[in-house]
Amino acid sequence: MDLTGLTIDSARAAVAERRTSALALAEAFYAKIGSDDPKIGAYLILSKERGLEKASEIDRLANKGDNLPPLAGVPVGIKDVLITKGVRTTAGSKILGNFVPPYDCTAVARLEAAGAVVLGKLNCDEFAMGSSNENSAFKPVHNPRDLSRVPGGSSGGSAAAVAADMAVATLGSDTGGSIRQPASFCGVVGLKPTYGRVSRYGLIAFASSLDHIGPLTKTVKDAAIMLRTIAGRDPMDSTSAELPVPDYVAELDKPVKGMKVGVAKEYFGEGLDAELRSSIEAAIQKLAKLGCEIVEVSLPHTKYAIPAYYLVATAEASSNLARFDGVRYGFRAKDVRSLSNMYRRTRDQGFGAEVKRRIMLGTYALSAGYYDAYYLKAQRVRTLLTRDFEEAFKKVDAIVAPTTPTAAFKLGEKVDDPLAMYLADIYTVTANLAGIPGISIPVGVTKAKLPIGMQIFGKHFAESTILRVANAYDKAA
Amino acid sequence: MATSVERSAPARTKYEPVIGLEVHVQLLTASKIFCSCSTRFGDPPNTNVCPVCLGLPGALPVLNRKAIEFATLAAMALNCEIRETSIFARKNYFYPDLPKGYQISQYDKPLAEHGFIEIETNAGRARTPGAPQTKRIGITRVHLEEDAGKSLHEGFVGAGETTAIDLNRSGVPLIEIVSEPDIASPEEAYEYLTRLKEIILYTGVSDVNMEEGSLRCDANVSVRPRGEKKFGTKTEVKNVNSFRFIREALEYEIERQIEVIEGGGKITQETRLYNSVEGKTYGMRSKEQAHDYRYFPEPDLLPLVVDEKWRTQIRSTLPELPEARRKRMMSDYGITAQDAHTLTLTKLLADQFESAAKAAKNPKRVANLVQSELTGRLKAKGLEIEQSPITMKGVAESADLVESDVISGKMLKDLYDLAFERGKDFPAVYEEEGRPEQSRDTSALEKIIDEVLAANPKQVEQYRGGKKTVSGFFVGQVMKLSKGQANPQLVNELVAKKLD
Repeated sequence: MDLTGLTIDSARAAVAERRTSALALAEAFYAKIGSDDPKIGAYLILSKERGLEKASEIDRLANKGDNLPPLAGVPVGIKDVLITKGVRTTAGSKILGNFVPPYDCTAVARLEAAGAVVLGKLNCDEFAMGSSNENSAFKPVHNPRDLSRVPGGSSGGSAAAVAADMAVATLGSDTGGSIRQPASFCGVVGLKPTYGRVSRYGLIAFASSLDHIGPLTKTVKDAAIMLRTIAGRDPMDSTSAELPVPDYVAELDKPVKGMKVGVAKEYFGEGLDAELRSSIEAAIQKLAKLGCEIVEVSLPHTKYAIPAYYLVATAEASSNLARFDGVRYGFRAKDVRSLSNMYRRTRDQGFGAEVKRRIMLGTYALSAGYYDAYYLKAQRVRTLLTRDFEEAFKKVDAIVAPTTPTAAFKLGEKVDDPLAMYLADIYTVTANLAGIPGISIPVGVTKAKLPIGMQIFGKHFAESTILRVANAYDKAA
Repeated sequence: MATSVERSAPARTKYEPVIGLEVHVQLLTASKIFCSCSTRFGDPPNTNVCPVCLGLPGALPVLNRKAIEFATLAAMALNCEIRETSIFARKNYFYPDLPKGYQISQYDKPLAEHGFIEIETNAGRARTPGAPQTKRIGITRVHLEEDAGKSLHEGFVGAGETTAIDLNRSGVPLIEIVSEPDIASPEEAYEYLTRLKEIILYTGVSDVNMEEGSLRCDANVSVRPRGEKKFGTKTEVKNVNSFRFIREALEYEIERQIEVIEGGGKITQETRLYNSVEGKTYGMRSKEQAHDYRYFPEPDLLPLVVDEKWRTQIRSTLPELPEARRKRMMSDYGITAQDAHTLTLTKLLADQFESAAKAAKNPKRVANLVQSELTGRLKAKGLEIEQSPITMKGVAESADLVESDVISGKMLKDLYDLAFERGKDFPAVYEEEGRPEQSRDTSALEKIIDEVLAANPKQVEQYRGGKKTVSGFFVGQVMKLSKGQANPQLVNELVAKKLD
């Protein structure tokens, strides 16, 4: 049995039926990581003690013949922006290089409560800021499909680990596309739920009003299982929604025939690579064949999304990252002369270039005299974008679009051009600004064998709908 | 400081001060504003903390319902309009005891606005004693926010070389009460703070204790030529830790500003710290005060909605406030304004008085006793009414004994003296003295009267000659011989009977 190639259901079944032990399964993944990860760089920290302990616990349950929880023994990886009690959590930053948290992120705790085995912490762009994973303070991640290329970012480690069979599923975070874009670059499924669907408690904040936690998986069904496990109201997060969580898995196989699927021309304009365009168009045709009605919709404010996003995101980031000041935890610069000198040198040495760039941008956007012109205006654009989607969703049940304008680019290709890097998020930031759910699924490969991803957007809290469309496509493919 | 006031006294009259106060009041909730940690004061450093109030990465605030209710109640007591939807905002600045690098506060949409406090003005008192004039000091806003931690410079190993931080206070709920610049003198500022403290105490949402830091005050002050409409440049005076010091700091700062202007100089807008030992304010280095707080709406919290139903429910818990209570008590018990003031000093005292008075046979007598017997003795001993050995219940019990003729007024006075000597409440002393009663034994009294009459034949003659007022002399003598135990009325009757 190829243990590391299993999906959630098949892994759980293997453990439940005692074809393998949870411990053996975890060990197989650690062996795979040991042999393959040196050339990929997906993991930053392995939580062997915690992982193997959990696996043994599952085995004890299985040996007793007890009912096993839904993710029993399933090895998962966690993006290193999610807090893990007793397991070093760095957010890919030197400033948190030595930080061992005293509490657990709600989403991680829910996965473990459902029986999942946490293998370790996954590499990412520093504080989730980046689209290539090259902003990690520790090491870049290489795309398992082509090691010369980036895996996307910021959840590059999360996508690469799934693609390279170094975890059955992973958690990532998505502030402007950071789950969906790497999922598309690495050829896996990535789901960004509705804002408020999954608690953010324990997610190291980048931009609080845009941050989401979501799964990266091998199949759409796995994404549904993961979401079902982590979703739902958390009293520790005031912005988590007080809505019941549907059984996403049970709803997966409902028919899509007659469903209206929107296509917005704003997502197919200049800049979209021709190979990707034809792949996405073919995927849309397939949806039509499955009985979906394809409807043209318009999202006229899309062109303002990138500037609005980079104002709101950096403004919030400038405030969220203020706590990393060397006073209480994390990195502190040595040989400092005064308090303000300590602040300056700690933050200068502790943060990487992109993080500093965004802190400065955000500080500027919030400054007296600029607030109205930048932050407030960006928030207005955000309202307009949200209205665009609300209007469109009066006509359709889902909207499809490319996840990225191009397939995975080469390491180093865009590091010196932050603007070009920001444009890698052009199709994904809208869902964060509007708070709607979006899923990226693989719909083919380029001639160079690079994966191509298609996004499906839904109404607020309509994850069931987009999962259903994605699943129908997946099964027909 | 005193000399500076005297020297520039003539200049002083040319200018009028404009003062606005910002008061921070800690709310007495059991847990912090955004987490469930205890708010207890005085615990060992960093013991009442969690990921939220430590500002650990990933932790999120969840608003404490009680804090909202307390803040709303206080705002209602200050005559404010409550905003149905208010917004929390982040106030960004770096400080070692501010663990998130920002304070969660409220900015352009605060919880409450447009309130006022009525104060008695100096001028009013001087013109018409007894009927003081009142002045309304506007309250711009009342908003909710979290407190920061504390930097410690002493009292731990390594002090002197390092600063330690105690985050027990981080996240304790505060309300900030901002006044309009309606305050025209340090006296009025003092009066405003006194009234404010009294009102907050009455609502029970804070213990308003300046020593423990549960009330803190900053003052914005400027001066302008009398009659001028435009405001002068203001300074903000901080670090003042008693009402008296605020009055002194303002006195100093007003004189300083006048001197600067009179000397042809200009006031710099700045923050100044008050040094209470020297009685002076000092400007902070401009580097420390160049703040742009970069306020923006707190994305981790939803807008705060206090709807009509909730407001009504909170309003129903609003107690009768001191000003209204004083007026009612003056008419209910026929007491003076001064005594109404004394009795309403704290809500507890007023409650104790009223419940004791209402349970007493004659409530007015209780009030009268407080007025005639208690306050003088307290003053002589230098005690506040809260420290009185005789409680309101004790006063009421003594009033009942007089009311039912069990003891005489003289006996009561003696018992009160004993209570103050022994530091004990009236019932205890009454018990210790063997529950004395004024004498009603007619035969014993008659014997004493006979003795008195026999010993004073001249006065007997005067009485019988028509000078009836002499009977007072006999009654006095009898009371003296009975050591105050006789019922004076009874003695009066018996004397009259004997002589007529």
